[in-house]
Amino acid sequence: MGGDPMIRLENVKKVFPGSSRAAVTDLSLDIGRGECVTLIGPSGCGKTTTLKMINRIIEPTSGRIEIDGRDAMAIPAHELRRSIGYVIQQIGLFPHRNIAQNIGTVPALLGWDQARIDERVAELVEIVGLDAEMMTRYPSELSGGQQQRAGVARALAADPPVLLMDEPFGAVDPIVRKRLQYEFQDLQGRVGKTVVFVTHDVDEAILLGDRMAILNIGGIVEQYDVPEKVLAEPASDFVERFLGGERGLKRLALLPIHEADLEHGPFVDISTTPAEAHRVMEQHGVDWLGLLDGERLLGWVDGDLVDSKPIRDLDPRPFLVTLDSASTLRSALDAVVTSHARVAVVVDEGIYRGMLDLESIAEGITE
Amino acid sequence: MRVLGQTSPLVDWDWIGRNLDQIADRTWQHLSLTAVSVGIGLVISVALAIVALRWRWSYTPITWVTGLLYTIPSLALFALLVPVVGLNATNAVIALTSYTLLIIIRNLVAGIDGVPEAVLEAADGMGYTRRARFWKMEVPLALPVIIAGLRIATVTTVGLVTVTAVLGLGGYGYFILRGLNTFFWTQILVGVVLSVVLATILDIGFLFLQKALSPWARRA
Repeated sequence: MGGDPMIRLENVKKVFPGSSRAAVTDLSLDIGRGECVTLIGPSGCGKTTTLKMINRIIEPTSGRIEIDGRDAMAIPAHELRRSIGYVIQQIGLFPHRNIAQNIGTVPALLGWDQARIDERVAELVEIVGLDAEMMTRYPSELSGGQQQRAGVARALAADPPVLLMDEPFGAVDPIVRKRLQYEFQDLQGRVGKTVVFVTHDVDEAILLGDRMAILNIGGIVEQYDVPEKVLAEPASDFVERFLGGERGLKRLALLPIHEADLEHGPFVDISTTPAEAHRVMEQHGVDWLGLLDGERLLGWVDGDLVDSKPIRDLDPRPFLVTLDSASTLRSALDAVVTSHARVAVVVDEGIYRGMLDLESIAEGITE
Repeated sequence: MRVLGQTSPLVDWDWIGRNLDQIADRTWQHLSLTAVSVGIGLVISVALAIVALRWRWSYTPITWVTGLLYTIPSLALFALLVPVVGLNATNAVIALTSYTLLIIIRNLVAGIDGVPEAVLEAADGMGYTRRARFWKMEVPLALPVIIAGLRIATVTTVGLVTVTAVLGLGGYGYFILRGLNTFFWTQILVGVVLSVVLATILDIGFLFLQKALSPWARRA
């Protein structure tokens, strides 16, 4: 994220005609190259106005907007916009053009030859996960989720360095929204655009933002930082209130399980003697025993059964919930409260990595 | 001149056979009066619609004036125009054209207004110039509504053309007027049936045109 910002807003102000109050009073914001910044705030905070000033759908009243070092006001608006991807909540696919033509809109405006447009469209259909057969359909024949994917593909068509997204997943149902969010995360991981993403959904802002800007009425930046920091140290009462309840849980969702948080726990190899097994359970103050075959996790047995027969002949029960080491502390917490043994067991492809209990999760969050 | 008699059949096929040339001439007259009036109506309406779309305040007075024209009874309008242009085709075309304006303008403006805001914003965001957006987005998307307007205007005009028989024109209306004067049923029926058939053919023709020009709306 070093070097010059991709997008720089300097003392930007917007007063709509006939309004006595500024929608955006005096906003300065730098957005780094390849960074996804989410803008969030209550309605009237100017987040959408801010976004639309970047591609001049709304012209700023005063101030300066630079994109890749160029003054946005010095370029004809239609040329500026051809170099900026734009996705809106209502999608706005062109009803009279099929999906391939919709996706190829900006390349066509830029005068690419048809063969090159076709090639690019086919590539994008693949990238956003649409079926190739959708290309000849009209927008009205697609589902909401498919339309939104086509909208994203259209925005990416001419490979613009900047992508503006105005509540892009706001109009689809929660299940599709979740899927689109993960798809977008994955897509952004591959294409690495500079993204400005407006949302009213705190969880979405936290999930998708490399940084998040929390705006107050009139486009006042209350806090602009990585989500983890915003959740850990809200800069003001406003931010704290806006983030709402479950701030701790939201933060846990951002924190990965670290190797260092893991404990070995009461887990023994099946070759262990019953006496040794009792010692391990006593040491951990539990009445159950995790069984390993070398590094492989077999399951767990009740402490009372340890003396009944040799440990390798015991019939271990599987852990109901296991995690892999890419999981977050939030899912670890969920595993703890769900599991019988009150621990979250971390397993990568059958290999036991360690476990977390409530205490080690609490430690993870304070680090 | 025939005289009404009890023995006269409802449809005198001999008369029809003997007058095919005249029927063809009247068909041509009916069609051309309709086409010229709707055509001129379209041109004037497009001009007025552009004015109305660019200067919104002008839309109300435009619909007010064209609405007033629309309410004048056709016979009265022909009569009013006689001192100005005389008793001729010009008179007929002026009157017929004036009736098409309200319908066509309203559909032109409604069609353009009906283009979804999101489509316009997306087009702007993709980098369409104002002019390109109008021709590539707004006009094609308004086309079904515009053609629907032309369809209604055309069918209405086909009906009104018959009234121009009083000016010595009338297309099929000529047969109706003559038939009424002479109580000759065949002539009346020829005029009525053919004008209904013509209106129906044009109506269906415009429907096909509308569907052909907006395949995207058909599948919607």
